[in-house]
Amino acid sequence: MSHPHRTQNIAFFFLLLATLLIVVPVGLIVVIIVQKGLPAINGQFLLDIPRQGMRAGGIFPAIVGTVYLVTGAIIFALPIGLLAAIYLSEYSRENMLTRLIKLAIVNLAGVPSVVYGLFGLALFVVFFKFGASILSGSLTLGIMILPIIITASREALESVPSSFREVSLSLGASKWQTIRHIVLPNAIPGILTGTILGLGRAAGETAPILFTVAAFYLPRLPHSIFDQAMALPYHLYVISTQVPNVDEKTRYGTAFVLLALVLVMNIIAVVIRTKFRKKKKW
Amino acid sequence: MEIWSHEILSVIGPSNSGKTTFLRTLNRLSDLHTAFRMSGAVEMDKRDIREMDVEILRRKIGMVFALPLPLPLSIFENVAYGIRMQGVRNKHELEQRIEEALRQGYLWDEVKDRLDESAFKLSGGQQQRLCIARTLAVQPEVILFDEPCSGLDPVSTAKVEDAMVELKKKYTIVLVTNNVKQAARVGDKTAFFLSGELVELDKTDRIFTAPQDRRTDDYISGKFG
Repeated sequence: MSHPHRTQNIAFFFLLLATLLIVVPVGLIVVIIVQKGLPAINGQFLLDIPRQGMRAGGIFPAIVGTVYLVTGAIIFALPIGLLAAIYLSEYSRENMLTRLIKLAIVNLAGVPSVVYGLFGLALFVVFFKFGASILSGSLTLGIMILPIIITASREALESVPSSFREVSLSLGASKWQTIRHIVLPNAIPGILTGTILGLGRAAGETAPILFTVAAFYLPRLPHSIFDQAMALPYHLYVISTQVPNVDEKTRYGTAFVLLALVLVMNIIAVVIRTKFRKKKKW
Repeated sequence: MEIWSHEILSVIGPSNSGKTTFLRTLNRLSDLHTAFRMSGAVEMDKRDIREMDVEILRRKIGMVFALPLPLPLSIFENVAYGIRMQGVRNKHELEQRIEEALRQGYLWDEVKDRLDESAFKLSGGQQQRLCIARTLAVQPEVILFDEPCSGLDPVSTAKVEDAMVELKKKYTIVLVTNNVKQAARVGDKTAFFLSGELVELDKTDRIFTAPQDRRTDDYISGKFG
């Protein structure tokens, strides 16, 4: 005799367990970082330059550097990614070329981040002679998040009902007018979701900025986009492994700031997205 | 086949008989499907529609879809959309043309005080009349109706039918319908499609009283379909 109810309960138990197992690490990370990092947070830590070989002072240059890098990466990747997504979902026909492009995007997403770092070093730093600079780092990060933005934008564009397009076209609007006035406004929430994902990734990665921008120790703000900069993830790596006798508090404080920074960026994007979603009327 | 101005051509036939494809060929909406192939020619005012600018063609040949499909905009903007896409910016002209279109669609009195509300707040019948008004606002010469009443109750259907008969004075109408009685009520001429083939085309009273083809007779008398 089998017991359908017992089998079901066992299945439920494992499903619930698996779900809880996802929550536990996330919760623990947040708890540990907040618990150990929060005491380090004060005005000086956030707004002062690093002192005494990064054992004291603050992390202001690294915060600014990360904000610059992420902003630069988005400025570069969002327009290109969005235009590519529009082309792929609205204009391109299924042929060898578009299949090749789609394959390239999938592969781009699968490239390990350290390879992006090396690529950025070879192309932007050396070949284009941008040197180790915010520009090189932003471009490298931008290329890394391109596939995320393209994929999310394409899905967002394709989820706009085709009936809207037909209505718009049937009223004598051109294809571009239809995309501009009907498809894009309704795809913005999805596009922003992709941008949020890319943003978080760009803020957190260490390898792509390692060779292209990150300064080991630069206790001042960058002067221009051709200047080197400190960045939070790399700074965290440095004070955790390269510099002896750094307070645990300082290390976790840095991690906390990085986490908070990504969170704040996400919240901003979510607020914008909610505003656009409210306008969605179907 | 020929469609004369200021007449209503009804197209009847069972599902999958090619009625809608025929309709979408007329305003070249079928071009959107990559698998679409067309042979033969459609001429409007003795000009092949494939040689015309497709945006201009679609302004001349408006379309009302089977389901009420308001755009996710306000009532006002729905009607304004087609006009705006022609580059009309003048607010006064817009307001005037929108009022006129909504009056022609028998909707003005119901919506004049809430033009800024979302079009999705209207009832199904009102939405469909909004779609008609939206099509009229572009000032077409021909209007294609693709089963415009399939989602509507009898009262709303009657209103849409009245509108169509009224519109005939100014426009040429091609009406695709699943409702044989509707074709009999409003059509001047009726075409019967079956399995992608035009079986019979004649004056509506002749189709319904003395059809030449057995299959037409069977269909309108309800033996199949």
